[in-house]
Amino acid sequence: MAIIEVKNLTKKFGEFTAVRDVSFSVNPGEVFAFLGPNGAGKTTTIKMLTTLLEPTAGEVKVNNFDLRHKRNDVRRSFGIVFQDPSLDDELTAYENMEFHGILYGETKANRLKRIPELLKLVDLFDRRGDLVKNFSGGMKRRLEIARALIHTPKIIFLDEPTVGLDPQTRNHIWSYVLNLSKTEGVTVFLTTHYMEEAEKMADRVVIIDHGKILATGTPAELKTTTGTESLEEAFLKLTGSAIRADEASSMDALRSQARMWGRRR
Amino acid sequence: MHSVHRPACGDAEDNMNTIYILWLRQLKKYIRSTPRIIGSLGQPLLFLLVFGFGFGSIFKKAGGGNYIQFLVPGIVAMAVVFTAIFGGIELIWDRQFGFLKETMVAPVSRFAIMLGRAFGGATVSVIQGLAVLVISFLVGFRMSNPLFILPAFVFMFVTAFFFTALGTAIASKLTDMQAFPIIMNFLVMPLFFLSGSIFPLNTAPKAMQILGRLDPLSYGIDGLRYCLIGASALNPWLDLLVLLGFSLVVLFIGKHLFEKMEA
Repeated sequence: MAIIEVKNLTKKFGEFTAVRDVSFSVNPGEVFAFLGPNGAGKTTTIKMLTTLLEPTAGEVKVNNFDLRHKRNDVRRSFGIVFQDPSLDDELTAYENMEFHGILYGETKANRLKRIPELLKLVDLFDRRGDLVKNFSGGMKRRLEIARALIHTPKIIFLDEPTVGLDPQTRNHIWSYVLNLSKTEGVTVFLTTHYMEEAEKMADRVVIIDHGKILATGTPAELKTTTGTESLEEAFLKLTGSAIRADEASSMDALRSQARMWGRRR
Repeated sequence: MHSVHRPACGDAEDNMNTIYILWLRQLKKYIRSTPRIIGSLGQPLLFLLVFGFGFGSIFKKAGGGNYIQFLVPGIVAMAVVFTAIFGGIELIWDRQFGFLKETMVAPVSRFAIMLGRAFGGATVSVIQGLAVLVISFLVGFRMSNPLFILPAFVFMFVTAFFFTALGTAIASKLTDMQAFPIIMNFLVMPLFFLSGSIFPLNTAPKAMQILGRLDPLSYGIDGLRYCLIGASALNPWLDLLVLLGFSLVVLFIGKHLFEKMEA
């Protein structure tokens, strides 16, 4: 029985179709990678699977709960690490964890046991009392992974969890994730730009572009069908080598505004 | 509603937890940012000193009595309102810096999230108002009956709640902070000046009086003035009722906008 079941999922923004009639399923306990160039529809898909965006059409079941009717059950079934940080910089690492625990209705006893355990797992226990704004990018990412697991979800979504991190940190993050999927039996749904990582990590891979699925299979299968040596070559063969425009972002402008108003760093 | 990993516990309890933790977060952040506390006291104190001493003698000559006494409730409300609207607008930052998503994927009702934010913002605003009140004692302000500090808190809180909810409702429609000066200059400042905060409304031109009566803040200030100096234009119970009515309306609109918001 699949833990995520997606049938004919479509998302339109006005005239633009970001995700077009996508179907796939994820098996319990596997590491599932969603790959595609910038603007392919990866993040839009994750946002729909995690109840942040309303699908235009299609059916989704997460942990056997229907996305439309059992929204809160779906939400309790997964943890998520977003592409951009989603921590509160002005709270400590522990407070960020505690916030999540209370929000997800974990009992005090559970929180007292689970939070230190997870902080140790990502090597942040000694920094638990520090404000998150003093953390490096890699530390923040580790904290987010730990936080996503407090409520013992069945699935963890990782949207580009290693983007912008140095190779050492990236390796570290992946070893945490692999470790977690083993010790906690969590299903991992990830997106990444780094094909070597996907090849190393993923049991199964979906390649998506322009909102459509181009190929599904194990990394080995994709290499065989495309007749290539590596997943990266297979990826390029499937999606073409034209350079994609990066998603326009108002983030930088906003950060400078925030600085002007004297909040955050 | 069934829970997945834990024994089912009531939605009401979940909602209380949600409101509590969002309230606590707001309070912690406030207490930790000394520059913000001091910075947002600046404007009310400037108004208090410049208007208070600048217009004091004219006000007295015109038969209005002690101007500082009249002015302080308005300035206390100013500190409350400005902090409150800012607390609501802060939602924009939570959205842009990603933290909002953390709350939006949580298995809790969005209305509870909004209420938690509103209570948190309102609590912080009341503390700011109280700080201004304390400072105003240094420039000679005296309460007619110190016991009335309790109903004064009620007026401060409801006023703050209204403006935090208003800020949240506006912010759920905005994507960046560019609009903040517009909101301050074209909404908050006019509401403040038309509320009878720095001059008595009943001697103003008729048109202005009518606008003042449409301004929710005028009821907050009138009620606060009753509590602090024992004089008001309307019955304070009426003030409270109208203010609560406005709060419910904005809460209803805000709930609708907040629930439809996509992170």
